[in-house]
Amino acid sequence: MTGFRLGPVSGALRWRPFAVVVVGLGLLVLAAAVSVARGDFPIPLAQVFDVLTGGGQRGQRFIVLDLRLPRALTGVFVGAALGVAGAVFQSIARNPLASPDILGVTWGAGAGAVGVITFGGSLGVVGGTMAEVGVPLASLAGGLLAGLLVYGLAWRRGIEGFRLVLVGIGVSAVASNFTHYLLTVGDVTDASRVMVWITGSLNGRGWEHVVPVGAALALLIPAILVGTRLLGALQFDDDTARGLGVRLNGARSVMLLLGVVLAAVATAAAGPVAFVALASPQIALRLAGTATPPLLGSAVVGGLLVVVSDLVARLAFGGFELPVGVVTAVLGAPYLMYLLVRSRREARV
Amino acid sequence: MALRTTRLLLLVGLLILVSLASVAIGAKPIPLGDVWHALTAPTGLENDLVVRELRVPRTLLGVAVGIALGLGGALMQGHTRNPLADPGILGVTQGAAFAVVLSIYTLGVTSLYGYVWFAFAGALVASVVVFLLGSGRSGPTPVTLALAGAAVSALMHGLVSALVLLDRQSLDAFRFWQVGGIAGRDVAVLWQVLPFLVVGLVLAAVNAVGLNALALGDDVARSLGQRVAWTRVVGVVAITLLVGGAVAVCGPIGFLGLVVPHAARALTGPDYRWLLPFSAVIGAIVLLVADIVGRVVARPGELEVGVVMALVGAPFFVALVRRRKLVKL
Repeated sequence: MTGFRLGPVSGALRWRPFAVVVVGLGLLVLAAAVSVARGDFPIPLAQVFDVLTGGGQRGQRFIVLDLRLPRALTGVFVGAALGVAGAVFQSIARNPLASPDILGVTWGAGAGAVGVITFGGSLGVVGGTMAEVGVPLASLAGGLLAGLLVYGLAWRRGIEGFRLVLVGIGVSAVASNFTHYLLTVGDVTDASRVMVWITGSLNGRGWEHVVPVGAALALLIPAILVGTRLLGALQFDDDTARGLGVRLNGARSVMLLLGVVLAAVATAAAGPVAFVALASPQIALRLAGTATPPLLGSAVVGGLLVVVSDLVARLAFGGFELPVGVVTAVLGAPYLMYLLVRSRREARV
Repeated sequence: MALRTTRLLLLVGLLILVSLASVAIGAKPIPLGDVWHALTAPTGLENDLVVRELRVPRTLLGVAVGIALGLGGALMQGHTRNPLADPGILGVTQGAAFAVVLSIYTLGVTSLYGYVWFAFAGALVASVVVFLLGSGRSGPTPVTLALAGAAVSALMHGLVSALVLLDRQSLDAFRFWQVGGIAGRDVAVLWQVLPFLVVGLVLAAVNAVGLNALALGDDVARSLGQRVAWTRVVGVVAITLLVGGAVAVCGPIGFLGLVVPHAARALTGPDYRWLLPFSAVIGAIVLLVADIVGRVVARPGELEVGVVMALVGAPFFVALVRRRKLVKL
């Protein structure tokens, strides 16, 4: 650990979390580049670079700029957003199992989207283009609504981590069972579309998906980083945090709302990509050797997990393409297990 | 002490009332007099047949599964000391789901009797794996156990999604198993898993005192003379038997095991010797009520109990959480 001072700003720089972020970013760029280069029409990395700097043939430009780059970027951004949201929720709830799933956000978003798919499909209430535009909008609305509902119901002279989690369980249960019920209502084609959506998929994602998630990240991550100190204090029990001079209700509310918005925007873009929000902070925490989930580390691990998983989902099964959410769990879970088995110290949070 | 006894007796009374209602209410309402007649002196009338062949087995199944899931949830939250832990987090539910999907996909099994043993085997294997992973080098701790469970569950869930997306027939069969229900089960299915449930019940009762010590933290428990690792093993075996049996019969009914222990804790406090029986009785009541509501609201059809449970139970649960002073784990 080294101290640093830049004018009025001073702080401590820990090398291991820093190294995790730097190495992770390098791997992330590499994975994104491979993801852009590989596919049904492989394009050598050199030519990908050409295209990105303004050269290249028309066909290559189309494939890289309109198809693969937005898909890879959506993956990076969605993974990063889910990773940060997970880290925030786990720090606030002081619970390694807390994630946007628990706080109602993903299942609320799922219920919104699945409702549009089912009623727009077999039952024909919502038709055609309305269903195309409607799915992301409905999921964004559902996610935000569920998040705010949990927050509102858990408010009782302030927000308390334990009550928040319990109310979240209740609201999530309603939304998830509603989703499962809708799954049995429609015909099997709709059920199949619904399954793809609720596992999370990057198939056919374009710039219209990249921009909102990228904008949300650019706005919210700095805001959350400013609050890192608050999160650090929130890991202690309430009395200690108050003793450290943290305004508990204000700090929790702000961080929580930022996390909810991040998770909801990411879910609207790619569906609730399974396991990323739960696993990324825990993996980052073990790699960085910190006491609470590191924010930037979680973002990088989340992005890496989603991009690599999407690469596997696209290429590993011949002509058939699986949704990315299937692979995130299959890749992420064994790695988390390995870290669990290996770690000697008893882990916190 | 007297207060808790009274409350428990009241709950048991409520359970008996709800069971009677479950026998009487349905697509064909049967007056309580006829129910009594059918139970004590059946004469082969239509009502007698409905009661003895359909409603009573269904009610018994509901009571057994409700008790198993309520107890399993309380044990799981005690051993992981995590309010988010549900009995499924030991990997039991997703392990069973994976085994069921695999049996549909590879062997073409589509009947419930075929699923039962596959589901049970999947549940057992998954929970053993979770326990070994969560034990690591220094024995199982609440955090590692919960995380290992979450990881294994996620892995299983990913594999299930992959299979049902690759094969549409599997999806069609699986989506109906997944919502969970107690309708249309033969009483023979209950007899198949009842021995496992009973053993699980006994082990849970043995576990209660140890859990009280574990709630103080592993170090304190050890210094009080508890064999921490042994208590954990007994607990995990009990959870696996109880929840594995329930999931095998009914499919994954998620909400119950998660919420019932919190409701019980609000009524009786953190002492596991009381918490376990409270959880068992409340679990059975909630499951039966949800089943009855499912029969009434969608006449002449039915809603599966798993669907109704959350819609009915969750608002009640949220209200409970908001009103009471919470007992932390």
